[in-house]
Amino acid sequence: MSRDTLVGSRIRERRALAGLRQADLARRAGISASYLNLIEHNRRRIGGKLLVRIAEALEVEPSLLSEGAEAALLARLREAVAAQPGTGAELDRVEEFAGRFPGWAELLAEARRRIDALEDTVETLTDRLAHDPHLAASLHEVLSTVTAIRSTAAILAGTDALEPEWQDRFHRNLDEDSRRLAEGAQALVTYLDSAADARRSLTSPQEEIEAFFAARGFHFPELERPGADPEVALDPEKLTSEAARSIAARLLRRYADDAAAIPLDLAARVVADHGPDPVALARTAGADLSCAMRRLAALPPDVLPTRVGLAVCDGAGALTFRKPLDAFPLPPFGGGCALWPLFEALARPGQPVARRLVQAGDEGRPVRAFAVAGPAALTGFDGPPLMQAQMLVLPDPEAEAAPAPLAVGVTCRICPRAACPARREPSILATGF
Amino acid sequence: MTKQVLVIEDEPNIVEAIRFILHRDGWRVDTHADGATAVEAVRTQRPDLVILDVMLPGRSGFEVLRELRGADDLAALPVLMLTARGQAKDRETAELAGASRYMTKPFSNADVLAAVREMAGP
Repeated sequence: MSRDTLVGSRIRERRALAGLRQADLARRAGISASYLNLIEHNRRRIGGKLLVRIAEALEVEPSLLSEGAEAALLARLREAVAAQPGTGAELDRVEEFAGRFPGWAELLAEARRRIDALEDTVETLTDRLAHDPHLAASLHEVLSTVTAIRSTAAILAGTDALEPEWQDRFHRNLDEDSRRLAEGAQALVTYLDSAADARRSLTSPQEEIEAFFAARGFHFPELERPGADPEVALDPEKLTSEAARSIAARLLRRYADDAAAIPLDLAARVVADHGPDPVALARTAGADLSCAMRRLAALPPDVLPTRVGLAVCDGAGALTFRKPLDAFPLPPFGGGCALWPLFEALARPGQPVARRLVQAGDEGRPVRAFAVAGPAALTGFDGPPLMQAQMLVLPDPEAEAAPAPLAVGVTCRICPRAACPARREPSILATGF
Repeated sequence: MTKQVLVIEDEPNIVEAIRFILHRDGWRVDTHADGATAVEAVRTQRPDLVILDVMLPGRSGFEVLRELRGADDLAALPVLMLTARGQAKDRETAELAGASRYMTKPFSNADVLAAVREMAGP
């Protein structure tokens, strides 16, 4: 959905925030209430003088109505407030802020993202200190040597009338151990230096992977031909850590498998005939519905008539792949909204779920979501089945004619929906909206 | 009668220092450096007390201790555990495995002596 088709939605949103009735605003702007109603439902394009009059009546900048603030940016700003509550940020005016100072807003959101990434790194490093076997072995060596030195030195210093043979022996031991200690300390320093090198980058693996996929537009032409080696797509420049490379390699292998099951030319034909319909694609290709969903999210923009989003989660509900959509932001860290069809599908493996959704705080930008869950790997008869669910998200151009969409959120902390049965933690917006 | 202590530790200079201070205190000191054969050594030597390092080649001190505690005739044997890691988790593991006392490196000679005397009883 293009930006200017949403002017009406923004007017309706601002009017509601200002506590005005449609009739009041129409009178102030010098138009009829029924005409305003059409505008608010995006059925009439407006611009120029009328837009300026409505903006004046709402006491906002006209650009706030004509351009709006990106939903994704707003979600990130709300995340930023959620992360540091009690700072007195005017949450009820977040859209005004993003609309009037887009550059500053972007800077703030970016700074918060950086903080999250750094906190993640600190956690990783702390973990590493606690569990690194090399570090534990080096420290053990140093502590053992120190113990020997301490005991030996105490004997030499505190024993009266120590026989010369013993004295010689302990002196030798002391000399030997002091050398070992020096070597051990040196090895420890060398190890810590090289460990710091190995993690030059201060971004988390997950973040590197998302940046890598986004930079490639989630599409890899080199993996589209049969028998392609997924490793060729790995970009060591963008994927600096071993963890990022191994996760990315797994995702690319799945990409190559999906591409083999549903070739690009076939997908392009189906999309041209039926639009981005996962069921039509799965049927025509004789492939899994889950594979068709992932494949649609991996098609290049010249094949797709619209942008599509994708979320994949494992059996624990943890998001393992994120391709966000402007109209449907995904939380960069932590869990999503329990109302998403993604989790509904996880509860009923094998049964496809289709829902019309609208994310809270994003009125007027409904989406269609398709989800299905199934086994992620063949575990045989031993051990629990490993499940995986995927959810495809498409902008919903026919929302006006459709039944009311299901209200969901991004993640609880920044979700304004009151009295939600799926809520797992309080929202910082509960009083703000 | 001279009491006997078995020091199971693979660091020769620590063994030598402990052997010296305990010998001066009137103990008979035997030593053993391998985890895999440690239980066997305890069975042959029948010490009054064992000083047992956690990080041993062949088998961890925790496992050795668990096997000692599992045997009826060795379940009550006083065992002083030595470890280079003082984390709460290690202490808990040692207690669960049945250590009588627990000491972190680097310890002082006086501490070891005091612990051994106390554990041996009157």
